[in-house]
Amino acid sequence: MKIDFLVADRTLVVILQGEVDHHTCVQIRQQVDHEYQKKRARNLVFDLEKVKFMDSAGIGMLMGRYRNVAICGGSIALINVRPETAQLIEISGVNRLMKIYASKEQALEALA
Amino acid sequence: MQEKNSMKVQFVSQSINEAFARVVVSAFVAQLDPTVEEINDIKMAVSEAVTNSIIHGYRGKENGVVEVHCSYEGRVISIEVVDYGLGIANIDQAMAPLYTTSLEEERAGLGFTVMQSMMDELEVYSECHKGTTVKMKKSLGE
Repeated sequence: MKIDFLVADRTLVVILQGEVDHHTCVQIRQQVDHEYQKKRARNLVFDLEKVKFMDSAGIGMLMGRYRNVAICGGSIALINVRPETAQLIEISGVNRLMKIYASKEQALEALA
Repeated sequence: MQEKNSMKVQFVSQSINEAFARVVVSAFVAQLDPTVEEINDIKMAVSEAVTNSIIHGYRGKENGVVEVHCSYEGRVISIEVVDYGLGIANIDQAMAPLYTTSLEEERAGLGFTVMQSMMDELEVYSECHKGTTVKMKKSLGE
């Protein structure tokens, strides 16, 4: 799992590359939470364009981040969601907690 | 006559093997030339079942044994994920959407729901302290 970050205003954009499962979620949680605190970010955006696979462990990870971000008064959004991931997100109902945008620019504008 | 084939793979209950199980099953099923969507559905169901064995069956103990049996007859795929761990005391409760025993570990409680959504049939057999077998079937399109 490769994780890249970029910060725009108080939004931390997390670019995930690889497969999101119970095994890789350990690393994602640790790195995202660390970076979110270090950068004093308020909102979180997950870029899922390079996520080749995600199972329900990924949903649990997203729900956990949602909780953390909500405590800090921020919002969470998803961008570049692939169709197979979108199907899982719909089954889980997690799309009611976080909005899905077509691009980073749209997400950043909405969260600003 | 319908084509038949079967395979079995066994590995220890380390979480890194979740990806291994997905790759092995998808390579086997690729013999039937499934669609990308069908392969993804099967990978997701296998991943959920194997993760359950590792997290719940063996509670993170890394020397348990997980077996994945996979076969097909014609275009009907049967997959069994077997562990010899703690078992499930109440299968109906475990299969209820959003039910989780691992709140602090951020589990979504959607493992069985995903397996049901991705596959055509799902059966779960379990005995306390003996283990759990998850049986799934899926028919591929022509």
